Amino acid sequence: MKIRLEHLTKRFPNRNKKIKTEVVAVNDFDIEIPDGKLIGLLGPSGCGKSTALNLICGLEAPSEGRIYFGDEDVTDIPPEKRGVGLVFQNYALYPHLTVRENIIFPLQNLKGDKKLTKDEMNRKAEEAARLVQIENLMDRRPGEMSGGQQQRVAIARALVKMPNVLLLDEPLSNLDARLRLQTREELSRIQKETGITTIFVTHDQEEAMSISDMIVVMKDGVINQTGEPQKVYDDPVNLFVAKFLGTPPINVFEGEVRDNKLYVGENDILDIKGADDKKVYVGIRPEGFVLNPAGRLKCKFVRVEVMGRDTSVIATNEAFLGESIRAIIPTEEKKEPADGVVCFDVKPFKVLIFDRETEERIYFEA
Amino acid sequence: MKPELKKNVRAWLYLLPAVAFLAVFMVYPLIDVVIYSMEEGYNFASQTYRGTGLYNFRFVLRDPYFLQALKNTFIIVIITVPISTGLALLIAVVLSSIKKLRELYQTVFFLPYVTNTLAVGLVFMILFKKTPYSDGMINLLIKLFGGSAVDFIDGPYAAKMFIMCFYTIWVVMPFKILILTSALASVNEIYYKAARVDGTSPFRVFYRITLPMISPIIFYLIITGFIGAFKAYSDEVALFGTNLNAAGMNTIVGYVYDMLYGDSGGYPSYAAAAALILFAIVFTITAINLMVSKSKVYYK
Ligand SMILES: Nc1ncnc2c1ncn2[C@@H]1O[C@H](COP(=O)(O)OP(=O)(O)OP(=O)(O)O)[C@@H](O)[C@H]1O
Ligand SMILES: [Mg+2]
Repeated sequence: MKIRLEHLTKRFPNRNKKIKTEVVAVNDFDIEIPDGKLIGLLGPSGCGKSTALNLICGLEAPSEGRIYFGDEDVTDIPPEKRGVGLVFQNYALYPHLTVRENIIFPLQNLKGDKKLTKDEMNRKAEEAARLVQIENLMDRRPGEMSGGQQQRVAIARALVKMPNVLLLDEPLSNLDARLRLQTREELSRIQKETGITTIFVTHDQEEAMSISDMIVVMKDGVINQTGEPQKVYDDPVNLFVAKFLGTPPINVFEGEVRDNKLYVGENDILDIKGADDKKVYVGIRPEGFVLNPAGRLKCKFVRVEVMGRDTSVIATNEAFLGESIRAIIPTEEKKEPADGVVCFDVKPFKVLIFDRETEERIYFEA
Repeated sequence: MKPELKKNVRAWLYLLPAVAFLAVFMVYPLIDVVIYSMEEGYNFASQTYRGTGLYNFRFVLRDPYFLQALKNTFIIVIITVPISTGLALLIAVVLSSIKKLRELYQTVFFLPYVTNTLAVGLVFMILFKKTPYSDGMINLLIKLFGGSAVDFIDGPYAAKMFIMCFYTIWVVMPFKILILTSALASVNEIYYKAARVDGTSPFRVFYRITLPMISPIIFYLIITGFIGAFKAYSDEVALFGTNLNAAGMNTIVGYVYDMLYGDSGGYPSYAAAAALILFAIVFTITAINLMVSKSKVYYK
């Protein structure tokens, strides 16, 4: 089911009653989510992700704007009639019910001609359980299961009614690194198998990038950018999005455009065209550095770091904003410079420049 | 000394004051009660008795006053425990669902708890007692609606029992409401949200989610309610005065008291036997409660 949000806005009165200003948790959302895709809603803590999800499922009413499922305006329809499945941040499984009872629970609520017989309910519950591979845990209580298993039960409970839209609020946040990797693959598989339009919230950019068909990056209630994960990564619209995506994060320098050259400190690192002379922020992705003894960007060498398959040079520079520059290099080139100075060339398409004031992206030709 | 043993010795040492206290003020009297109950014809003044056996129990169980007290106690228990718990639950649920003036209502419902029992008893007297000067507020109301006045305090047994139960429920409910309101507040909001998304009807939410989640508290209230009601005495005195046998409103604890200190008192053996019978009843009921709860109560 296609979802369209039109100028969706949610304001909360401030929790501190003495402050009259309102909190704008979701600010003028205006996007269309294509049918049958997996969408990652991404942003830092407190930026309004959960609120956006609650608006879509109907637990919160918007202050302004409309929500459409397909062509139907569902803004004023209560959650149970929207046909959404919701997986909560902490699963919200009923602790006193077994896995089977938890999964069947939504089915037992059906009334009228949608009412199911006991056998049908059991069959559907087992189908959902099979999908998330928990058939052998049906008689356990949530307290007797691992976080990953609970999460799957929560997904099964959300799926059992075959919702039009599946919403997941940070479903993987409680899992350890390995389980998180495994579960997110599973999530992707389940989504593909069922073809249900799925929106999942996360503040982990890697998670979002790895399985989403499309990501929505938001900050302080405002959508900054939407698009395919790789496109957004390669082509961020502003400094925030550039900084938010990528591990290790992008290296940001103070720089300047002067006479068709891009300067970082005293070094002119790149010849560019089509950008006005002004002070800028220069962002260079860690994989955008090339070691070259005659390179144009000179930095002070700190150390070489090997982490798993990545080898990186750690360096510092006067113009760098932050602790230390991290440049990923091919492992075979790892050697320490004798004079303590390391020089790089940069790959032009891994270099992004941003306006100092607005932090908006400035486009240029290399 | 082995470290394990040393640890045990130290643990017992720490427990000693409490154990000593319990031994002197609880275990010893308990044993003493059992001994008293077996001694036939015990005489306070001379500290002598004729023999040992179950005579005291036989006497107590045939004593019409005791049987009356037993009957009264059971009626009070069976009527007040379910009604007060159920009503408290209802009020707590309503209280938790309102937003406006919630604190005010909570205070109002809690007032009887901090009010002296005897003062409440006095108020009940004014409401219900028939005197040469007035019939009491309630009777005025009854007459207004065309009924005939009833004497709740000195009148027929049913009227007296009614007012007794009414009073007991009134006295025990505030505490239950307080406990249940906080139990309801402790149920995580997220379950209600999940239920809402799944389209669960309010009744089903209450029955399948709220009730199981607060079941340990409800169970606690039922058990303590049973025990409290079986020990009823002071509330009866507050309404009917100290001569409960004459009023026909005595309870088991009242009977025990009368046997010790009342006008017909001075029979510690009968008192002990009655107390032990009460103990056996409470013990049995609590055991049954525990067994039933095993299958019904959900513990985290
Ligand atoms: N019921 C509410 N009343 C007042 N303010 C609220 C309410 N719910 C959320 N907010 C505020 O709205 C903003 C967005 O909250 P939201 O829970 O949507 O953030 P989030 O992106 O989900 O964060 P996290 O990643 O930490 O879960 C926050 O500033 C929060 O304080
Ligand atoms: Mg959240």
